[in-house]
Amino acid sequence: MYYVGIDIGSTASKVSAFDENDLMLNMVMPTGWSSVDTSNNIKGRLREKGIDVEKAKVVATGYGRVSVPYAHKTITEITCHGKGVFYLTNKDLVTIVDIGGQDTKIITIEDGNVTNFIMNDKCAAGTGRFLELMANTLGVSLNEMTEMALNGKNIKITSMCTVFAESEVISLIGSGAKREDIARGVINSIIGRIKNLLNKHGIKGNIYLTGGLCELKHFTQLLCENLNKEISTDPLARYAGSIGGALMAKNI
Amino acid sequence: MGDYREMWKNLNMDLEKHDILCEALPESFGDIYLTQKNRPDAMNYFNYTLAEIHGARIEEIKHEKDNGKKVVGTFCVFVPDEVIYATDAISVGLCSGSQFWIEDGEKVLPRNLCPLVKAFVGAKTSRTCPYFQSCDMIVGETTCDGKKKAYEIVEEYMPVHVMELPQMKREKNFVEWQDEIKIFIKRMEELTGNKVTVENLKKGIDLSNRKRRALKRLYDLRKNIPSPISGLDALLVSQVAFMDDPERFIENTNKLCDELEKRVNDLKASGKKRIMITGTPMAIPNWKLHSIVEGLDAEVVVEETCTGTRYFENEVPDEGDTIDDLVKNMAERYMNINCACFTPNEGRMDDIVKYAEEYDIDGVIYYNLSFCHTYAIEYKKVEKALKEKNIPLLNIDTDYSEEDTGQIKTRVEAFMEMI
Repeated sequence: MYYVGIDIGSTASKVSAFDENDLMLNMVMPTGWSSVDTSNNIKGRLREKGIDVEKAKVVATGYGRVSVPYAHKTITEITCHGKGVFYLTNKDLVTIVDIGGQDTKIITIEDGNVTNFIMNDKCAAGTGRFLELMANTLGVSLNEMTEMALNGKNIKITSMCTVFAESEVISLIGSGAKREDIARGVINSIIGRIKNLLNKHGIKGNIYLTGGLCELKHFTQLLCENLNKEISTDPLARYAGSIGGALMAKNI
Repeated sequence: MGDYREMWKNLNMDLEKHDILCEALPESFGDIYLTQKNRPDAMNYFNYTLAEIHGARIEEIKHEKDNGKKVVGTFCVFVPDEVIYATDAISVGLCSGSQFWIEDGEKVLPRNLCPLVKAFVGAKTSRTCPYFQSCDMIVGETTCDGKKKAYEIVEEYMPVHVMELPQMKREKNFVEWQDEIKIFIKRMEELTGNKVTVENLKKGIDLSNRKRRALKRLYDLRKNIPSPISGLDALLVSQVAFMDDPERFIENTNKLCDELEKRVNDLKASGKKRIMITGTPMAIPNWKLHSIVEGLDAEVVVEETCTGTRYFENEVPDEGDTIDDLVKNMAERYMNINCACFTPNEGRMDDIVKYAEEYDIDGVIYYNLSFCHTYAIEYKKVEKALKEKNIPLLNIDTDYSEEDTGQIKTRVEAFMEMI
């Protein structure tokens, strides 16, 4: 029997699968414009790997969780992240920072269970989408932008709103500011938002970073410096939601 | 709904715009309410009342107006209905719960303001609320800065009487509120030409108390596990209470309770999570949070809000030989409503903790209309009180728009998975 977790995020979709013993598969793909197409696509790719979803147990999570017709159960990404991070860290007390494409969440897990969580409100400020848009405006990739930021001096980006921040960045470019400095300003503005959320929520145990940004090592470094706290992550951290979902599929 | 266009026209309503509002309501009511399973039969009365909310009830009010009665619109549970009833006038709670009115409200008000305030101003300026159009006067109160200042705008359209609600609960404040009630009595006497007497005020007190008792009876029934009525249905009953004919409302609510009492014996454990909602009011047709919660494996069993317990808790004693005695009784009852407009407001934390026990609550959702500062700030106090009792709490800050429904759903769902 296979146990599959499918995390349809606003930007990327993640899939993880366990057999009776081990985590045997993780894959990621863009969500695109249709969650339904994505879930069909996932079905096909799982089949290529020898997993027939009709014969497996499937949990869907993420904002597109309702668009996976073959899922046996839907569970929110908050609960799944909790389970996934507990699996990855094996620590009793963790504060998860999940920077997703559409929202940012802080989740406290105690003994593997979610005990409290908070999400940013409504808009894209402080999310991965914000960074993506800013990188586009600067004409670099996300990874390049975080690397540039390391060598930049902070310029304050004052707009909280993604749309206004973008025009602010454009005027900074126009005024001849250095790209490195703007990049630093952009990263610092998102870190500021995360810091606010963290302070509001309270930090218990270690901080653990999940979501697409955890693969950008420069970003993690800047976040550590700014928060003055140790932050751990893992190459598999971006799959925390789908791993958690797959683990919970075992209970179906 | 029957054909009321002539009546609406005579109320000087914007008929075209009102048509758009009327079209939206049946659809959302059908989707949210009529899809519920196993509803009590006695809810049919409330379905009908809602379906005819801009029709039959307005016609009824019109007949009473034709017979010389005055109509008074209110926005808040602090305005004493007793006085309105004593002068033989009709009291209607103006609902202001629709996104439809926000656009018109924002024409004259700043955007970063509570949706309830924007909606009631928009309802008046757009001439699409037949209750507003039927009112001879509206009665405001100083429970928040937004409302207080918005009445100045509404006053350009119709007579307004504002009651100054004290913001602390010292002895002198109780006396001040008595004075305010006396000023209100005078204003109502002028408006209606009817004198307030000990006798008619006692009748007004009795009627208001019976209404409170009927609602209290309904809420007490919700303490059963599982509740014999959905939170959505109970919310609708509370909402209807603000505009319905009081005697008929009491009769039908009691009928509903009779039915629910019989149901209680046959109900089997459902395993649904029991949720309390605390915070700001939910006026018709604001069913947003209840429908999200009850779309999951959960039931709302109590609302510590102005469209919930704060509306009916505590009665006004009718002992006394003079109007002054009765006014004092009224002031006592109203000043003990635990609204976040008071500082301090510790009584509210006690209420919430008490309800959590009485209703056997699994989790509390703090419902805050965006930009309602008093309730938003009081969240911290509530959080602390509930933490001491180990009761899980989720904070939801939202307005009437639907754009954040997905996000709220994820939060509420995760909260249910957590508790």
